[in-house]
Amino acid sequence: MKEEQIEKQNYLVGDKPHGIVRRDFFKILGGGIFIFFRPWAAFDLFGLPAEQRRGLPKDYNAFLRIAEDGTVTCFTGKIEMGQGIITSLPQMMADELNVQVEKVKMVMGDTDLCPYDQGTWGSMSTRFFGPNMRAAAAEGKAVLLELASTQLGVPVSQLEVRDGIITDAKNPKSSVSYGQLAKGKKIEKFLDVKPAVEDYTKFTYVGKSYNHSDANIKVTGEAKYAGDMKLPGMVFARILRPPSHGAKLTSVDYSGAEKIAGTKVVRDGDLIAVINENRERADEAIVKIKAEYSFDEMPVNDKTIFEYMLKADSNINVLRSSGDIEAGRQASDKVFESEFHDPYLAHAAIETHTALAQLEGDKMTVWASTQSPFGLRDGIMHELGLPEEKVRVIAPFVGGGFGGKGEYQQGIEAAKLAKLTGKPVMLIWTRDEEFFYDTFHPAGVIKIKSGIDKSGFIKFWDYNLYYSGARGSDTLYDVPNSKTTHYEQKRGGSPVHPFGTGAWRAPNNNANTFAREVQIDIMATSAGMDPLEFRLKNLKDENLRACLKAVADKFGYVAGKTPGGRGIGIAIGTDAGSWVAHMAEVKVDKTTGKVQVIRIACAQDMGLCVNPEGATIQMEGCIMMGLGYTFTEEVLFEGGNIQNRGFDSYTIPRFSWLPKIDTVILERKNEPPQGGGEPAIIGIGAVIANAIFDATGARLYRMPMTPARVLEALKKV
Amino acid sequence: MEETIKFRLNGKNTEAMIDPTQTLLWVLRNHFGLTGTKFGCGMGFCGACTVLMDNEPVRSCQLSVSEAAGKNVVTIEGLATNGKLHPVQKAFVEHDALQCGFCTPGMIMNATGILLKNPAPSTQQIKDGMENNLCRCGAHLRIVEAVRTASEEMKGGK
Repeated sequence: MKEEQIEKQNYLVGDKPHGIVRRDFFKILGGGIFIFFRPWAAFDLFGLPAEQRRGLPKDYNAFLRIAEDGTVTCFTGKIEMGQGIITSLPQMMADELNVQVEKVKMVMGDTDLCPYDQGTWGSMSTRFFGPNMRAAAAEGKAVLLELASTQLGVPVSQLEVRDGIITDAKNPKSSVSYGQLAKGKKIEKFLDVKPAVEDYTKFTYVGKSYNHSDANIKVTGEAKYAGDMKLPGMVFARILRPPSHGAKLTSVDYSGAEKIAGTKVVRDGDLIAVINENRERADEAIVKIKAEYSFDEMPVNDKTIFEYMLKADSNINVLRSSGDIEAGRQASDKVFESEFHDPYLAHAAIETHTALAQLEGDKMTVWASTQSPFGLRDGIMHELGLPEEKVRVIAPFVGGGFGGKGEYQQGIEAAKLAKLTGKPVMLIWTRDEEFFYDTFHPAGVIKIKSGIDKSGFIKFWDYNLYYSGARGSDTLYDVPNSKTTHYEQKRGGSPVHPFGTGAWRAPNNNANTFAREVQIDIMATSAGMDPLEFRLKNLKDENLRACLKAVADKFGYVAGKTPGGRGIGIAIGTDAGSWVAHMAEVKVDKTTGKVQVIRIACAQDMGLCVNPEGATIQMEGCIMMGLGYTFTEEVLFEGGNIQNRGFDSYTIPRFSWLPKIDTVILERKNEPPQGGGEPAIIGIGAVIANAIFDATGARLYRMPMTPARVLEALKKV
Repeated sequence: MEETIKFRLNGKNTEAMIDPTQTLLWVLRNHFGLTGTKFGCGMGFCGACTVLMDNEPVRSCQLSVSEAAGKNVVTIEGLATNGKLHPVQKAFVEHDALQCGFCTPGMIMNATGILLKNPAPSTQQIKDGMENNLCRCGAHLRIVEAVRTASEEMKGGK
């Protein structure tokens, strides 16, 4: 299979799977120079300590190939879902190899072609994968220089590289291209070493803005997502779903469904599905199935869940502790106690979970919208009892993930149905299924006790989080006595969440930043201090201080005590290795409780920024998406029954919400690159809550801040 | 049950022997292989399936194919002419007005419809006109800018 075909298969056409076994790479790809590499540190790409990694494949993590025509291809298990690594990773590669950025191609998310990768999440691609890839590129360049040295008969030190051509510095007419060097060669190199931090200032491509390299095929409709694939004989499936989580099927009658033309009902245990060549006939058929269920649901709903969590028998885990809380309390002049509530959230990507599965002979190939092609492959191996080499997962373009496509139930369902029916099966979840089987951001409660002395120094910080995750729960401020306690699901105890939960963009950091930054604001107000001054007074972290100053500049911040009627809020936080600070201005309609955001500014220190344009887009996206959890998003449920299962009842941000957005990326050219896909979302709830307080004196402790909740808070002013 | 439905599709007269009750969305995707038109919700709430019908942006998931009979339907695949991007497509590329790209075809078709009706919309009119097309990645700012740029280019007679 030619390279061009591989690319096409990944991105453009869903042609027949080829069943490539990894060791056949060379046979298939022909000549060239191949560099393999793998994570270097005790904590690898996956964030797993080395000892827990034993079960994982010992594979090298991806490879780069310099082909006979001089093009460079990077094979990676990571996927493209809008975060832009298809654009930024080639920039890094091009600089390290001294080739034009256009010469670098990415082949992504194909488990047969790309060695193991746990998944695309946590803003980790650029932070952890990028340096590996750069090291591989550097190794590739070293190999090329050796070859050139032999061919041109001069030492390596005398060679110069530019745009993929190696030249004898003393005799510019003597040169050789990468393509010529790679011709007829089959060279393999394996990398184990941790890449050295390079002088980033020498780079040509890194640090410059590039538009999305996939934009052209995305504006013409050419770009293929999993649901756009088509195979001969393909059928559409719809699966019978229970009305609520926890419901058990007691009886079923599918005679009605079978009357719909062209419909076949298939069953494997609890998996009952209809298949039809026509998607809409499948839609018609599935509702004709008569099913009855027994219910054993948790006695909890979206209003009572918080009390339920506080009363649950939890595992108590002290995450961080320093000094003595009681001593800090004694040293405090004023003590503050707050309780914050954060609901379940849906990912609500516009593309629903989708998979096309085909069993050819004994080889299962699945095209899926997933952030975790290898996770899905392993899932299929486990559920269908297939060996590794008999399962291939390909992730074409993914239509939004946000953490929700780290789970891959749809891929396993499609694979089972393909096996049951012997036909290629396309499974595109309905919007209703998407809102039902989503792995929601978990609801949580956060309780904070804190105190300040007469000079406005924070003396203690007692932070307790219940069932929400710990990411972003760091104290950040300079507090002598602090403790962070996590109340978690007890092993073997009854579950607290009535349905599946998982990672949602910057998992739980939104809630933790909301709670911390509102509490800080409460203390600033009580101390009679400007909230920026109060933060700077209690903050030693230089990166955060720099972000605060940068955002204040951009925003044109003028000091003032709150509530000052201006509607201005501040928040800071850290996520994925980066530091962020936000400022916002809002207007609150006190009669309706409706909040209009006038403007939001965000300053981000993300270390070296590989593609400022791409990073800015991520920041803007974070800010806009963050307005959703701030104002409207909340999964409503009664027991296991999710009640808002459509975009009419689960409201995500819209054009009318668009505020003026200003972003600043701090110049950090000599620092390693950090995460950029998530940090700018974490402060939105907090900055808006603080701005609402400044506008009105109303304090909100519960997200989303709906008009009704704003009115409720206004009553207490 | 099947009947012949005739309409203009991306500039060409076309006909299909087809169940007339099927939605335009699935006919475009499965019968004609025009998969640029996306399924996002199937309920008319997200706009990912937006196409132009007689220059009017419509939700193809909410129309039966029989309603397209005799009409002029344009999908995202039919917007570029002779390989040259339509000004709206071009502006989306220039402004990087997309991330995952899944809502993009619907956004572009809806924006094109807006500009056909009102070649010089104000920013507020652009936002109002785009209000019911949903983007989860948060590309709104750039989409508004792209539509404004496209309107300027189209006004210039291009």
